[in-house]
Amino acid sequence: MIKLENVSKIYPDGTEAVRDISLQIQEGELCVLLGPSGCGKTTTMKMINRLIPITEGKIYIDGTDNQELDENELRRDIGYAIQEIGLFPHMTVAENIATVPHLKGWTKKEARNRADELLELMGMDPAEHMDKYPVELSGGQRQRVGVARSLGANPPIMLMDEPFGAIDPITRDSLQDEFLKIQAEIQKTIVFVTHDINEAIKMGTKIALLKDGELIQYSPPAELLAQPKNQFVRDFVGADRTLKSMRLMRARDAMKSSPKTVSVDSDIGEVREEMESSDVDYLIVTDDSGRFQGWIRAADLDGESVDSMEEVLSRDVGSVGRETALSDALSVMLEEDVANIPVLGNDNVLEGILTFNDLQQVIGETYTEEGGGRQVTG
Amino acid sequence: MKGKRIMSVILITIMVGLTIYYTLYGSQGWYDPASGDELLIRTWEHIKLVGIAEFLAITVGISAGLLITRPGLKFLASPVTGIANVGLAIPPLALVAGVSPFFGIGFRPGIIALFIYSLLPVLRNATVGIEDIDQSIIESAKGMGMSRLQIFRKIELPLALPVIVSGIRYSTILCVGTAAIAALINAGGLGEIIMRGQSGNFGSLMLQGALLTAGLAVTLDWLLSEAEEKLTPEGLKLGKEIE
Ligand SMILES: Nc1ncnc2c1ncn2[C@@H]1O[C@H](COP(=O)(O)OP(=O)(O)OP(=O)(O)O)[C@@H](O)[C@H]1O
Ligand SMILES: [Mg+2]
Repeated sequence: MIKLENVSKIYPDGTEAVRDISLQIQEGELCVLLGPSGCGKTTTMKMINRLIPITEGKIYIDGTDNQELDENELRRDIGYAIQEIGLFPHMTVAENIATVPHLKGWTKKEARNRADELLELMGMDPAEHMDKYPVELSGGQRQRVGVARSLGANPPIMLMDEPFGAIDPITRDSLQDEFLKIQAEIQKTIVFVTHDINEAIKMGTKIALLKDGELIQYSPPAELLAQPKNQFVRDFVGADRTLKSMRLMRARDAMKSSPKTVSVDSDIGEVREEMESSDVDYLIVTDDSGRFQGWIRAADLDGESVDSMEEVLSRDVGSVGRETALSDALSVMLEEDVANIPVLGNDNVLEGILTFNDLQQVIGETYTEEGGGRQVTG
Repeated sequence: MKGKRIMSVILITIMVGLTIYYTLYGSQGWYDPASGDELLIRTWEHIKLVGIAEFLAITVGISAGLLITRPGLKFLASPVTGIANVGLAIPPLALVAGVSPFFGIGFRPGIIALFIYSLLPVLRNATVGIEDIDQSIIESAKGMGMSRLQIFRKIELPLALPVIVSGIRYSTILCVGTAAIAALINAGGLGEIIMRGQSGNFGSLMLQGALLTAGLAVTLDWLLSEAEEKLTPEGLKLGKEIE
């Protein structure tokens, strides 16, 4: 756990970079420091591992005042990754990753095994990359090695200053995804600096939004989007925050569970009855184990005589997963030109159904709220 | 590197060959070229001049150059490299001539002049070699908990080494040439032969001195570039190839 208590920083030249910030980061949380350039994100982060001395206030790490620890020992227990990466050009990838293990007195073999393990974790073939030099790597690979290096001695806490800042958007996106997967496994306590609102929303357990050295709002991403504290926050998260919150919400949050279904083995008569009695114009078809098979539409049952399920069952239709973001679910609906879409779990088992109405409702909620905000501030 | 090696060997062979030719067949009427013995003695003097001056320059230059990159003395780094750069603009002849009013003439004043002149590139490169290291490298080293000394030994020194050695190489070549001029103040060395030839307007003598001086410079340049190559970390060499 990291705790900042009334922390301020005034640089020797008089710049007040950080003003009276207090916040707590729980174990296993990823706290994003977010804000415009020059708002004091880097300064705040570097006071945690004492690369920058604190002017006022205290920082506790797992309850211990960080000023009471030996600064080098402290830093060896806190992973550190920066935008410029700063790989050592005269050392191989393995040697770079082994930096902190080496400082901590691990044996060569232990350190090398660790490098192997971390490269694997970062999705780089160890055998191929261990003995390369940084110049021989691509930008994205260097960034991965930088992150691997910061995880070197398995520190419980990590500081990351725009760790994915210097790469193209597509690589960045996949690095973020991979890192989130890794984080779900390793559960570090992380301070993550970025000025990119989308990255913050995607990565953060909580977001600390700073402005001119002051902490403006400290909340989980969804709350930051739904309840911006003031106009600055509203402006910073952007007018498209509805879309952003749709990116944050999952299909499982908006779906209706246990929709009406019929078995793939039922005969057409039963299906007709079922539709009439429950007054719906479609039914979802599943098999015995609840796996999604397709749709039957009322329109297809009308007119000509239909006598087998196969004739009217549309199998080849879109679906989404439980964890699919609502924004993605919406694109699938638009692409497939449907107003309902099944939400599937493992092994295609039907979990629920997401309707266009459900989505509209979600969008509606945020819009009402946003409209209110606009009126107040003109 | 291989090309340089071959070129150096060819050049040195030609120079030494020509010197031997002029020693054997360079007589003009009653003028005789310098004897083989004298050439050896003068060459040895020349090597001593360069060796001692360069030894001092390297010792003082590297220590001082590295010292002014340390946190407390950093403010000195840029004025000192500035002075070194300006100092290098002084023609060697002016420096050699300027030393003697204060220190007299002979071997020692020669060493002093050579030392001052050779010091500058060594000092400058030692400082620049450290200063030019990407700050993010130092920053990440610090952030991972390396001590000042560990950063110096494991990061700064190996990364600056090629620049430092190239300063030494530049300084040494400069020193070989300047040492020839130091004969002006009776410091000895191959310059004595060149000047004797010049005052008697005797080409063979001048060529003997000049060829051997040039040969010495080419030899040292070659040896030191081999050293530079050896001391450049693998990861940096690859970088140069890729660029
Ligand atoms: N060493 C320093 N001396 C004086 N002022 C500084 C120093 N470092 C940073 N500042 C100032 O402190 C303020 C906060 O800087 P900081 O680097 O923490 O911002 P940041 O939020 O990380 O910005 P960015 O997104 O551009 O990295 C800025 O106004 C900056 O100019
Ligand atoms: Mg910053």
